[in-house]
Amino acid sequence: MFGIVGYGGYVPRLRLLRRAAAEANAWYAPQFVHSAKGTRAFANWDEDSITMAVAAARDCLGAADDRSRIASVLLASGTLPFAERLNAGVVCEALTLREDVQAADVTGSQRAALSAVAQAMAQVRSGGGDVLVLAADNRKTRAASSQELDFGDGAAALQLGSAKVLAEYLGAGTVTVDFVDHFRATGEDIDYAWEERWVRDEGIAKLVPRAVKAALAEARIDAAQIDHFIFPTTFQKMDQQLAKACGVRAEAVADSLASRVGDTGLSHGLLLLAHVLERAEPGQHILLAQFGSGAQAMAFRVTEEIRNFRPAKGVDEWIRRGVEETAYTRFLSFKGQLDLERGMRGEQDRKTALSTAYRHRAAILGLVAGRCEVTGSVHFPPSRISYDQGKPLQDTQKPHKLAERRGTVLSWSAEFLSFHRAPPHRYGQVDFDGGGRVLMEFTDTADGEIDAGSAVEMTFRIKDIDDRRGYTRYFWKATPVRAVATEKGSE
Amino acid sequence: MAAGIKDKVAILGMGCSKFGERWDASPEDLMVEAYNEAMADAGIAPEQLDAAWFSTHMDDVGTGRGGTPMGIALRLPDIGVTRVENFCAGGSEAIRAAVYAVAAGACDIAIALGVEKLKDTGYGGLPVATVGTYIPQWYPNAVAPANFAQLASAYRSKHGVDAALLKRAIAHVSVKSHANGAKNPKAHFQKAVSAETVLRAPIIAEPLGLFDCAGVSDGAAAVIVTRPDIARSLGKRGLVTFKALQIVTSNGWELQSNEWDGSYVHTARIAARRAYAEADITRPREQISMTEVHDCFSITELVTMEDLGLSDVGGGVKDVLDGKFDADGAIPCQIDGGLKCFGHPIGASGIRMLYEMYLQLQGRAGPRQLRQPSVGLTHNLGGQPSQNVCSVSIVGLEDA
Repeated sequence: MFGIVGYGGYVPRLRLLRRAAAEANAWYAPQFVHSAKGTRAFANWDEDSITMAVAAARDCLGAADDRSRIASVLLASGTLPFAERLNAGVVCEALTLREDVQAADVTGSQRAALSAVAQAMAQVRSGGGDVLVLAADNRKTRAASSQELDFGDGAAALQLGSAKVLAEYLGAGTVTVDFVDHFRATGEDIDYAWEERWVRDEGIAKLVPRAVKAALAEARIDAAQIDHFIFPTTFQKMDQQLAKACGVRAEAVADSLASRVGDTGLSHGLLLLAHVLERAEPGQHILLAQFGSGAQAMAFRVTEEIRNFRPAKGVDEWIRRGVEETAYTRFLSFKGQLDLERGMRGEQDRKTALSTAYRHRAAILGLVAGRCEVTGSVHFPPSRISYDQGKPLQDTQKPHKLAERRGTVLSWSAEFLSFHRAPPHRYGQVDFDGGGRVLMEFTDTADGEIDAGSAVEMTFRIKDIDDRRGYTRYFWKATPVRAVATEKGSE
Repeated sequence: MAAGIKDKVAILGMGCSKFGERWDASPEDLMVEAYNEAMADAGIAPEQLDAAWFSTHMDDVGTGRGGTPMGIALRLPDIGVTRVENFCAGGSEAIRAAVYAVAAGACDIAIALGVEKLKDTGYGGLPVATVGTYIPQWYPNAVAPANFAQLASAYRSKHGVDAALLKRAIAHVSVKSHANGAKNPKAHFQKAVSAETVLRAPIIAEPLGLFDCAGVSDGAAAVIVTRPDIARSLGKRGLVTFKALQIVTSNGWELQSNEWDGSYVHTARIAARRAYAEADITRPREQISMTEVHDCFSITELVTMEDLGLSDVGGGVKDVLDGKFDADGAIPCQIDGGLKCFGHPIGASGIRMLYEMYLQLQGRAGPRQLRQPSVGLTHNLGGQPSQNVCSVSIVGLEDA
């Protein structure tokens, strides 16, 4: 049996209150004020499609140090930070995967993640090992546009393989035509879209059913057997109309997460799939379709193994962790659309020495420390000579991964002096479970959450952005360990 | 243990520029100001200088690198000028080099001069410094106030001190230094402040507010050293001699191991212990007349009192609030205003601390003169609590 053997998701913690955005722009675009409800997720300043993909991958893979079963990584995104530099390669380093892993970026349409899954299944079926398909999007929109309110940022991960399959891959259908509902030229930030009525009636309504029909045929199931129908769209009730047109039961239509997360673009199909899998029962059928330069659809059957898998946090938990943001200018700033005064300290050059970065890539991207085999002491960054007082042993350190270990804050401060994109700039010393200490930054936190003794966990983030050269460097930051949120606390 | 430096080298002369926002002065001008005073005080001609050590920290503002800026600014008589840089402890390093050269007999008379021109950056606070190519890729783009503020969080946690109480104690540190600085015409800040003003100031790095931070100043200071017998042959009496010069540099243990608890400065405790041994001081609380410590931030001074053994560990809060280190207390600290008010031109600070000890020991400190001090201690810290260079020096009257 081949199919999904693991899944995970990621929704950034920040949630823009749509009403706040609409009210900020009401002088210019009053049409959104009454319809703007709920929240949309948006990436923190130190998140992008790479970091969100890493977060989703970790949600899928869990805390185990051994990830050697992953033979291939496909990163699907329409908002990859780098046009040249393998984005999936950064993800592989952060996940400390084997160096002989296959890795590729997949992009170009809203259904690229589904295309990646189809390719991954071909590899799995040919005995090529487990494939990690990641999808992440962090789209930029124009201020006072409907997309600004409808879209969200997020990521999802699927591990595809042949052992302990929790959702069997049954088949897929594809339609590839040059239907340009929107486009974005190379080098541009924001999509240019055609009339919605044409997209809906001539595009989605005609192309998606063809892909669905083909997928059902290959899967040898009837539309009526579908228990979860996933079709991400920002058009009102379009998913329901499509289900009806395809012969799928109305109650099978999956929650689009529009009210809390928004449409996460290229990653939304897999994010909704991860959300569905968190509640799916053995024997149920799932149909996932996505539209873009045609359409793609695929069908899965849930197995008994679904009961034996839980993502590290899961989409529900990420959603519950949201914090409402009413400062619309924070959203604009984090999207790079507001030129805030930085002061002269903001002029500091953030040039990255690439040779240094490569030499230390395991420490920087993988948060791999060195553990002395003699004393057991853990060193970050790793060094040839250990720090042990009075017995500085040489060349005794072996790689020791810290990213999945929790830490405790020893000391901290929050300062307003240095240039920081989300002041105050918070950092302090973190002692890791099992040894090791790193003076590191804190992210996704608020006043009163970090104190001496606070428990923290690691998250892979943007360390610095070199605006002058367009380079982003990444490192790990600490964020408070949060108890599993209750539904009541977030609604 | 080695025989040590005690009484082998004396101060022949000292000078110190006015510290502050010296918009009028280039680093070269500041050097000349300190040099002129030191040379006049020593009563020697430039040709009598055998060697020079030059301390300056910042490369991108100020003089630039190397020893030439000092050689050129002072038109020194074709002698060697060695630049030393060791973060904020560079001034003490320059002194140590000059003192050791004299003690070794390699020089008869040597000069150490420190200068920093910080106010050509265009913004407040210390300039942003570069740290190589690896550290910026993982280490936070940290600033000094937050590095030292972490002492406060760890201190509260270690000793169970209430945040408001600690805030009040460190506020007193600054109030005391402002009161002292008000009597020092060369100080950057010469105005007394109330505790309320300190407590209400805007936060720079939690829990440190504006008045918990030292002044960012331009300035220069210089010391000329020689052997006591040479000083006497030049007509000097009541000599101030070096009793101990200790410097300890972190090896990464604090920042990387899980053993250091963050509530004190490891190197300071070691340097203090060695300095007391070198100076034959067994009861520092009774034998040390006064201190000039590295009060870059108020919390640093409080913790330093414990690291130097002048307060019990965990007893700093009480001692500070009791006024033990005030001008009229048992062991006055920062009688010249300290880094807080005299100012902190980085490369000059270690020498400025010595300057105040020298004046006090010779009874030349004017309105802030203490009654008959005999032994003074300077503590000069470069870097941050978790990774630093710490200097503890002891000077005193020759027969003390």
